[in-house]
Amino acid sequence: MAQATEVRRRNKGRELSMSLEEFTKAYHDMLLIRRFEEKAGQLYGMGLIGGFCHLYIGQEAVVVGMLSAISEGDQVITSYRDHGHMLASGMDPRGVMSELTGRRDGYSHGKGGSMHMFSKARHFFGGHGIVGAQVSLGTGIAFSNWYRNNDRICLTFFGEGAANQGQVFESFNLAALLKLPVVYVIENNRYSMGTSVDRATTAKDLAHNGAAWGIPGAQADGMDVVAVKEAAEIAVAWCRAGKGPYLLEVKTYRYRGHSMSDPARYRTREEVQQMRAEHDCIEGARAKLLALGVEEAALKKIDDEVKRIIQDAADFAEKSPDPDPAELFTDVLKEDAAA
Amino acid sequence: MPRMNMVQALNSAMDVMMARDENVVVFGEDVGYFGGVFRCTEGLQKKYGRDRAFDTPIAESGILAAAIGMGVYGLRPVVEIQFADYIYPATDQLVSTAARLRYRSAGAFTAPITVRSPCGGGIFGGQTHSQSPEAIFTHVCGLKTVIPSNPYDAKGLLISAIEDDDPVIFLEPKRIYNGPFDGHHDRPVIPWSEHPASEVPAGHYTVSLGQAACVRPGAEVTVLTYGTMVHVALAGAEEAGVDAEILDLRTLIPLDIETIVASVGKTGRCLIVHEATRTSGFGAELAALVQEHCFYALEAPIVRITGWDTPYPHALEWDYFPGPRRVAEGLKRVMAD
Repeated sequence: MAQATEVRRRNKGRELSMSLEEFTKAYHDMLLIRRFEEKAGQLYGMGLIGGFCHLYIGQEAVVVGMLSAISEGDQVITSYRDHGHMLASGMDPRGVMSELTGRRDGYSHGKGGSMHMFSKARHFFGGHGIVGAQVSLGTGIAFSNWYRNNDRICLTFFGEGAANQGQVFESFNLAALLKLPVVYVIENNRYSMGTSVDRATTAKDLAHNGAAWGIPGAQADGMDVVAVKEAAEIAVAWCRAGKGPYLLEVKTYRYRGHSMSDPARYRTREEVQQMRAEHDCIEGARAKLLALGVEEAALKKIDDEVKRIIQDAADFAEKSPDPDPAELFTDVLKEDAAA
Repeated sequence: MPRMNMVQALNSAMDVMMARDENVVVFGEDVGYFGGVFRCTEGLQKKYGRDRAFDTPIAESGILAAAIGMGVYGLRPVVEIQFADYIYPATDQLVSTAARLRYRSAGAFTAPITVRSPCGGGIFGGQTHSQSPEAIFTHVCGLKTVIPSNPYDAKGLLISAIEDDDPVIFLEPKRIYNGPFDGHHDRPVIPWSEHPASEVPAGHYTVSLGQAACVRPGAEVTVLTYGTMVHVALAGAEEAGVDAEILDLRTLIPLDIETIVASVGKTGRCLIVHEATRTSGFGAELAALVQEHCFYALEAPIVRITGWDTPYPHALEWDYFPGPRRVAEGLKRVMAD
């Protein structure tokens, strides 16, 4: 049987369950993602980025908390709202931004765009534009881990909208059957494009979605990086111990539209403002750091450092040349491999 | 007469059919409350209620399968698959059930469903939001495949599709939802309101499935095309200075072979233009048919101008897209012999 769903709510008075150094790094990483996404939004507005561009603003604590609980060599795979996952995986902001601008120095040489980037070196398996597709892929990656007995686990991220895809349930069954080391992370930001979660499913707690197969499920407050990390550690330990898959529903919120053109008629402005004002993961972490005695000047130093990295990435991505037109025909098959 | 862009014309077709026939139901991802990602179903839920215009979970296979079941027992479902690129999870039900139900039940049951889906590129959608998968469906006997190129046809064809007793794949070239894009991406967008085909009757009318339209009469060469490429072909012919007869096929299955044969018989030359990739594209079928029917009338090899055999790239979109320059080159090539 699945263990009871466990809710880890934000508790401001609770002792910090990570070292101050780790917490400061988490703050840095969340801020890096926030500033990167804000810059991407600006570049989009200036016409330097085109097409679809799904910003992660608001959800930073999810990926930073989750990735702080895994080890080098563990894999990460996600959907199209993927910039944060790439930065948290340690991918170069210059390469990510250059992919957004469709330039030669992008991770996919400009041919993938915002939704399709990969890094073998950082064990990041994409960036996938088809809703839910990556859930089955993550299951397959976990199978490779199991087959090789390599002690690695695969973090497989998807949204609450993707959670309704048939292949997600097919994957749950397979992963449970073979006890595959995969943590399924549902980033529940409440809206699959313009459809709220209650208009798309009668399930109240998506953490229970694997219960039929005996997959343990838990929930975490995705606006609190410490809460995410704590929940992630339990999930990761479960998988690492060979007990099979684990399902974590992380409750979060996206501040921006689904993509760049979104009339946002499906929620009120007040709702967004309230989340920003009362639950923002970065403001929350900042307040906690100050309360723990970290000096304003130290935080300012982090802010400045992040700003510098992002400006550098933006400048680089603007100057990087367009891909050579001949690149259109490379990497369709092995025979067409880029020189 | 009202002027409509393609989004409004499609919306009007569904509105007219929902008012006429209570068996018509409209559903899909973000279709009900939100009104569709391209706004094609805007207002339908408000007007007809949540029982007739509704949202579904993101689960294409389930959406299509449920539609087939509804159709089998008397409803006329109009399903939206948000992007044609998202249709593949539903392919099993389309191919194995929708397309084959009539045959395997000796006509007792059919799947009178219409599957609307935006297709094609030109909006920087990258590989998962730009594809033109029409040839996948034309290859499956038992399905009809429609691709309109303007608001008037879009409404008339959609009404025909909904009234049709067999499953219809209705592909909507998203780049021309708001204006007749001729491939010149660096020029200002022209709205539909300046185009004669934006005059769309408010009420019920049909454009029959299986009838091509001649959008430009000419004597020197026949251009076979559809969707966005109709407008690109017009621009290409003008730039090449060739007196081309341009046929907008409008529906690929059923195909208006008579009009094609009559035109090629007259001009003796044939250029085929589509945005989809080349190999095993619908152009290959057209070339084979023209060869079978018009071999002795042909004065030059048939030429195809298509998307390259690559995934749709994010960068280099306009190198991929077969724009007016490539069409003009194709026309010159087919005229050279």
